[in-house]
Amino acid sequence: MDSSVDIADVTLTYHGGSGDVLALRGTSLSVRRGEFAAVVGPSGCGKSSLMKLVTGLVPPDSGKIVIFGNKVAGPVKIAGMAFQNANLLPWRKVVDNVLLPLEIVEPHRRQFRAKKAEFRAQAEALLATVGLAGFGDRYPWELSGGMQQRTSLCRALIHEPALLMLDEPFAALDAFTREELWCVLRDLWQRIGFTVILVTHDLREAAFLADRIHVMSARPGRIVMSKEVDLPRPRDLDVCFTPRFTEILHELRAKIAEVRQA
Amino acid sequence: MSNLTEKLAPWLFTIGIFAIWEAACRGFNVDKFVLPPPSDAFAEMAKHWRPLLRHSFVTLWTTMAGFALAIVFGVVLGLVVGWSRTIYRGLYPVMVGFNSIPKVAVVPILIMWFGIGEIPAILTAFLISFFPIVVNVATGLATMEPELEDVLRALGAKKLDIMLKVGIPRTQPYLFGSLKVAITLAFVGTIVSETVGANAGLGYLIALAGSSFQMPLVFAALILLAVEGIAMYAVFAYVEVRFTHWAFRSSMSAAA
Ligand SMILES: Nc1ncnc2c1ncn2[C@@H]1O[C@H](COP(=O)(O)OP(=O)(O)O)[C@@H](O)[C@H]1O
Ligand SMILES: [Mg+2]
Repeated sequence: MDSSVDIADVTLTYHGGSGDVLALRGTSLSVRRGEFAAVVGPSGCGKSSLMKLVTGLVPPDSGKIVIFGNKVAGPVKIAGMAFQNANLLPWRKVVDNVLLPLEIVEPHRRQFRAKKAEFRAQAEALLATVGLAGFGDRYPWELSGGMQQRTSLCRALIHEPALLMLDEPFAALDAFTREELWCVLRDLWQRIGFTVILVTHDLREAAFLADRIHVMSARPGRIVMSKEVDLPRPRDLDVCFTPRFTEILHELRAKIAEVRQA
Repeated sequence: MSNLTEKLAPWLFTIGIFAIWEAACRGFNVDKFVLPPPSDAFAEMAKHWRPLLRHSFVTLWTTMAGFALAIVFGVVLGLVVGWSRTIYRGLYPVMVGFNSIPKVAVVPILIMWFGIGEIPAILTAFLISFFPIVVNVATGLATMEPELEDVLRALGAKKLDIMLKVGIPRTQPYLFGSLKVAITLAFVGTIVSETVGANAGLGYLIALAGSSFQMPLVFAALILLAVEGIAMYAVFAYVEVRFTHWAFRSSMSAAA
């Protein structure tokens, strides 16, 4: 079995003060090992909830989630996450922010003191691959938004997770920086080969980066379409101007318009 | 130039206020038993500097002792309250209720328990100043970004890890911000207690001098009290900047 994430028929309800919210109903999704999957859908349809289910941060009401052959019950320890806000710790230098997961994840945490120098070098090397060579000793507030997001990506990847979960990581960036970061992410993924689930609003982003795009319905969310992106790899930004790319966007847009009507 | 003006401004305003006070007393011929001019207060200070210094010192150390207790107790309780929503829900109303009891009402009880002296003053300073510390420490923990918590929990972090790596460091600006407020409250507590029942301290001196109509001495003591308050405030403002410079630089600024 080469499946890395299998979500089978899950339902999720939030019990809030102002009544219950049915966030997901009958959602199924499967991601192959090493695949780049994107999830798109209208705001509030349950995309972030789906991420929380996969990482075991919230349990589903019903249904089953299996990642790398293990049923999820409680927080999984092999996932890296990044969100729209970089959420760096302002009292730590950039490199120490990147090192944070190694202070928590076993077995690194036990060796952290002993191998500090080695880990530091690893973090610096990772920072260099996203274009942040020499910025390790800066503080987060000295970085631009795009640089903070690059740091956040490094933090999500430093412990070499098999699964990377990205929840609209580029939504707060300007168009140029965003495209730069698409390429950063593409290169990291191609070099390291982890499995990615990327949640996004941006259809171009999804089509440029992903192997497969999953479209979610309005709340309660479920997957209404899974679209294979058959653009050849390696892709560079020029692919966004090809007719095939435009065709894919049209198809996705039409589907989203349809589910928003419903 | 403008920088220099800004630096001198507090001094100029202070001198200005004393000048206006002096001028008003002389100009309107205010009765010295009602409001003595500052020159009289300063003259009194020069004349009685020994006892004034002694009483000032008593007030200072009792306040600092009470304040030190408040920091220890406030930080511990704040961390406990911020740790879990259940404790927060349960304990918060109790603390608000406790905090709304005027501490003047508690002083006679403390004096009955511990006798006249420094201990009631220390305890009153403690009781009045620990609340803002608890609230700020708990707030620092409670306002942690949920997404950051998710990042850590998805790595297998335990609650204690999250507390040590994120919760406690991010609470520091809230804590140090609250200390500036709390130290001035601690002085209020000490003075209240000393006024009601003590045999030393500026509060005791004010009560004593007031009952024998030595108004210049009362004001001399008040001015010294203000000086102590400002000095300690400045100390904790400095400590705040020293320890949490990152909070001033980054957008995350502390609650004051
Ligand atoms: N902790 C929560 N408590 C109650 N309702 C929630 C909670 N988190 C999300 N929701 C609700 O669940 C729905 C899906 O939310 P979310 O997964 O964040 O959507 P998306 O990320 O697609 O915008 C929304 O209607 C939201 O209001
Ligand atoms: Mg979301």
